[in-house]
Amino acid sequence: MNGPLLTFPKGGIHPPESKTLTGHLPVETVPIPREVEILLSQHFGTSCKPVVKKKDLINEGDLIGEVAKGLGASVHASVTGKVKNIATSAHPVSVSVPSIILETDQEAEPREWPASNWRGLSRDQLLERVKRAGIVGIGGAGFPTHVKLSPPPEAKVDTLILNGAECEPYLTTDHRLMVEHPEEIIEGAEIILHILGITRCHIGIEANKPDAIDALRKAAAGLASDGLTISVDPVQVKYPQGSEKQLIESITGRRVPGFGLPFDVGTLVQNVGTTKAIYDAVALGKPLYEKIITISGKGIARQANLLVKIGTRLSDIVAFLGGTGPGLAKVVMGGPMMGFAIPTLDIPVTKTTSGVLFLTEEEIDTRPHGQCIRCGWCLDVCPMGLSPNEIGVYVEAGRPEDTSRFGVFECFECGCCAYTCPAKRPLVQFIRLGKMKAKK
Amino acid sequence: MTVSVSPHVKSGQSVEKIMWTVVACLLPPLILSIFIFGIQTLIISIISVASCAAVEAISQKLLHRPVTIKDGSAVITGLLMAYVIPPGVPYWIPILGAVMAIYVAKHLLGGIGFNIFNPALIGRAFLMATFPVAMTSAWLPPIRDGAIFRYMGPAVDAVTTATPLYILKHYGPSALMEKFGSMPAIYGDFLVGWRPGCIGETSAILILLGGLYLIYRRYITWHIPVSVIVTVALLTWAFGGKTLFTGNPLLAVLSGGLMLGAFFMATDYVTSPSQATAKLIFGAGVGALTVLIRLKGGYPEGVCYAILLMNPVVPALEEWFRPRRFAPQKGAQQ
Repeated sequence: MNGPLLTFPKGGIHPPESKTLTGHLPVETVPIPREVEILLSQHFGTSCKPVVKKKDLINEGDLIGEVAKGLGASVHASVTGKVKNIATSAHPVSVSVPSIILETDQEAEPREWPASNWRGLSRDQLLERVKRAGIVGIGGAGFPTHVKLSPPPEAKVDTLILNGAECEPYLTTDHRLMVEHPEEIIEGAEIILHILGITRCHIGIEANKPDAIDALRKAAAGLASDGLTISVDPVQVKYPQGSEKQLIESITGRRVPGFGLPFDVGTLVQNVGTTKAIYDAVALGKPLYEKIITISGKGIARQANLLVKIGTRLSDIVAFLGGTGPGLAKVVMGGPMMGFAIPTLDIPVTKTTSGVLFLTEEEIDTRPHGQCIRCGWCLDVCPMGLSPNEIGVYVEAGRPEDTSRFGVFECFECGCCAYTCPAKRPLVQFIRLGKMKAKK
Repeated sequence: MTVSVSPHVKSGQSVEKIMWTVVACLLPPLILSIFIFGIQTLIISIISVASCAAVEAISQKLLHRPVTIKDGSAVITGLLMAYVIPPGVPYWIPILGAVMAIYVAKHLLGGIGFNIFNPALIGRAFLMATFPVAMTSAWLPPIRDGAIFRYMGPAVDAVTTATPLYILKHYGPSALMEKFGSMPAIYGDFLVGWRPGCIGETSAILILLGGLYLIYRRYITWHIPVSVIVTVALLTWAFGGKTLFTGNPLLAVLSGGLMLGAFFMATDYVTSPSQATAKLIFGAGVGALTVLIRLKGGYPEGVCYAILLMNPVVPALEEWFRPRRFAPQKGAQQ
């Protein structure tokens, strides 16, 4: 492709990509652990209520938790085995959540999910399959997908955007998925287009993944019937290119209004991983209970892209890869820009885990922060046009309630400001404090 | 294991890196000044830097703050203050300036990031106000024969001279040419630095190269220096001559502390605005006040006071020129 690549107009940064550690590695399947710990809250919304009892025997793919009330997504067994306990577990974000612990039947054969023809099913039938499979936005937010796929009737969605940008350093989960399963992603896109009753789809991929771009273009070319247009759009390598609002503007030129949603500008964005899960749910009837994740960083014996059962504890994954390496300083669930640092490896993989990073002292920066020197670099890199420097100074001065005029609620915590800050100020932390105290 | 809020990776930049890079960019004019005004420029600069670092450490101890002399910002203040005082001053002069610059103008106002005025310039303004004789009678004629120890010792008083801007202001361009030679010779000498002036302000070319390097490294942007220099050139051209539009803009830019002020003082992060438009306005203000003082004020040079007068306008400029928000909340205060 000639000419400048598509991108968003303001801000952004170019952190070291660190993707060569795993980008070339085919996905390996992790052996089924003796025990899995499946959280009943892996989505945006209230926790599921268990539908099994202690000592029940369950098959891989069976429903074990269903939505109690309001927003949510059901949870399925990722292995065949026995319910060992219904308890509470540590969670990377919510501290503790209810969970179901399954003891694996090591003799059980893996369950097969034969493909069936979904064409001809109605919109509601397709949506019902998505809902039944417990799919959430696995790019990170965990918003229930069947809800996202049912925009209000007044919203005039005309464009589907698949997010394959994967702009977070280190992570190569979506990259491998696109290279190894392009047909499924394209068919998933077809399903979404049918659900929405529209014909146009753009797939945004950062230009540093040429093999993924080629694979999807090839898969999309094989389709080209049906009056659907699916185009693969390389986008500039710039963080946070994969942020929903930034990707929409890069590809369509449309800008989601403040506190608005993508359908306000006629778009709907799905992560490529979620799209593959939609394919699995609709074409195979397979619920979302396994996931590709990237294990990277210099603090682990071996880096890899892995297919793991949801509920697999990080300690089991570390053991499979040969243990942690010397100099390990920080373990992060997710990418290094927006992921969560975790204190223990007794935490299970969830639907929204995209990777786990084992970072050494040399990869992170633990220098103490100083006072703001007003260099203004954070203003230059903020993709939302906010003033992180002022928010930080106000929060430090004990006036977090006065930060809304600097746009604290528009911040989606991409971390460009804190990455760039030469004084190493924890600006995202200041902003979170501001959000807690400021008036909307 | 460390648990902290994202992001978990950070750029390799640091305050230390920025500050020590600025220090490096400031060193060539100092080295040249030894050959222009003699070895005492180095002694004065070392005393100034050492005093600023010492006062910074003592101030931070007194105020129960972490001692941060390693970040290099006090070193910059020390260098810049030395660069804007004449080369023949007594050695105790920069020590007093350091107390005012670092303790009063910087740390009593909250330390780095919170000071309203440029500390080095406050130091100089304080010295000008309290020791006007020492500060205005210590100009030395450039050494042309490499005798860098000439001005050591008590003989200095006998050789003091006047600065080009003083001559220009009080006696006019013909007197300037009488003293410094033809106009092309003046441009050449002033560009390289062979003219009477403050310790580190005379070499326009070395200051320009240092400033361009900082722009190349993206530590500063072009907006403030260009705005200051263009404004001074235009206003001097318009009002600097006997009649309108007969002033000499090139001489105005090469004289006094303009280049040093434009690249290294008006661009101080803390005391200048951060948005492009605000930077242009700030620079234009500095330029206009400089020309006003030079042409109509009581002093021959105005860069120091022009920057100090624009410094307190910065918070207002920051407030008026916020970044354009991506998509602000409807009805939210912008």
